[in-house]
Amino acid sequence: MPVTEISNYHSVLEVRHLRKAYSKVVAVDGVSFAVRRGEIVGLLGPNGAGKTTTISMVLGVLEPTAGTVTIDGIDISAARSAALARTNFAASYAPLPGNLTVYQNLKVFGMLYDVPGLATRIEELLQEFDLKKFEHTRAGVLSSGEQSRLSLAKAMLNLPTLLLLDEPTASLDPSVAQDLRLRIRRFAIQGHCGVLWTSHNMFEVEQVCDRVLMLSHGRILLEGNPTTLPMEHGKKNLEELFIALAREPLSLSGATP
Amino acid sequence: MNARRVGALVLRQGYLLKSSPVRVLPIFAWVLIDIVLWGYITKYLHTISSPGFSLVTAFLGAILLWDLFTRVMHGLASAFFEDVWSRNFLNYFSSPLTIIEYLSGLILTSMATSSLALVAMLLVASALFGLSFMAYGFMAIPFLLILVLFGVALGILGCGVVLRYGPAAEWLIWPLPALLSPFVGVFYPVSTLPMWMQMVAAFLPASYVFEALRTIVAGGTAQASQLAIGVLLAVMYVLLAVWCFSRIYRTALRLGLVPRYSAESTG
Repeated sequence: MPVTEISNYHSVLEVRHLRKAYSKVVAVDGVSFAVRRGEIVGLLGPNGAGKTTTISMVLGVLEPTAGTVTIDGIDISAARSAALARTNFAASYAPLPGNLTVYQNLKVFGMLYDVPGLATRIEELLQEFDLKKFEHTRAGVLSSGEQSRLSLAKAMLNLPTLLLLDEPTASLDPSVAQDLRLRIRRFAIQGHCGVLWTSHNMFEVEQVCDRVLMLSHGRILLEGNPTTLPMEHGKKNLEELFIALAREPLSLSGATP
Repeated sequence: MNARRVGALVLRQGYLLKSSPVRVLPIFAWVLIDIVLWGYITKYLHTISSPGFSLVTAFLGAILLWDLFTRVMHGLASAFFEDVWSRNFLNYFSSPLTIIEYLSGLILTSMATSSLALVAMLLVASALFGLSFMAYGFMAIPFLLILVLFGVALGILGCGVVLRYGPAAEWLIWPLPALLSPFVGVFYPVSTLPMWMQMVAAFLPASYVFEALRTIVAGGTAQASQLAIGVLLAVMYVLLAVWCFSRIYRTALRLGLVPRYSAESTG
């Protein structure tokens, strides 16, 4: 569905004409999309396509060269703190401080996000993510799967209206990854938040995403339902479509929204 | 400014100190070694110098105050480096935390650890060498105020340099107080210095503290106007350092340095 057809009324994230250029290199080139409440949107693309750059701009840690990011109706450039209070994120490359325990991390980040009833919320998350037995264990000695569960627990501390997940299941075994996908899916439905999710696992994307945006060279080339989009472009599945996008983006660029 | 967010940063540092004696030790170790070393040097010099001049109040007092300044600067930088070492900037700066709240957290952490160091130094200097802060009278208040503010300013500036140029710039930060020490006249009157160094000293708030300290020890009265200049300079440098850090942070956002701190190794 083209971005212009999305009802902005329910959007928790609106990105308009977002562009990031470093000297002569354009990392993101005029990207526009929206994420609605209760929707999981996959942001896909080969390495260097501009996914993490886009997420960094949405998170306010990278200043766009042009364009706007609005979270739950708040322009991040005008009211950064208020906008970021409504979001949260988890990424495999941003682990929580390993020298704090699970509880200490949740306490510190809960205070940073000004979570009301923090003690109760931490207890809920420790139970929800099976972290109770690691409550007083330093995050740095947890396994990859346990650290990912902790990162997700932190990401859900403030019940964000927008959840950003940058390859949240990278380096996890299929069983742990499946478990996390179910938890995130459940949170998105129950919490009525929107999720922007990047992944290189096409099976995962088909399983959890309601809609996908396919990026190449900083531009969205394709957008649609992950189960029907491949057939619309003469491909068997999302993985085949992804490979075509990575190798021959021009052959698909005719479908640019 | 949200006090709970500032409290989160202080709590984080508190958790680290509580769990790690290795982090607690440097708060006391270096300053106490200085006090003991200079205490005995002063004691020896006292035996060979002319009577009537209190070397303990002049030299050891100066060392104690200088160590407090260094401790404030290092305390702030250490708290900042905890975020560098744990690659935590992305988690912090993608949260609602503002730059003023972040810096306030660093400053409060530094004030807490420096207060502990000051108490330890006073106890040792008083018990072993008979140093009394009462000798400086009420002037001790502006002395401490100037040195703490100047330490905060230098610490914030150092953090900004590391944020801009990366963790490799760490070695530039720690010796900053030592680089300033010849100019501020910790052990000698500023008038001893060549003119160009005296001109530099005039712009350093700490110079006014050590000049006033020597005047008091020599039996004179410290000029309040001179200390007022020191306070004003120190306040100005804090504001300037906050402004510089904010500018550097904006540059870091523009260049993508914050995500890079997490995505890349900190080497």
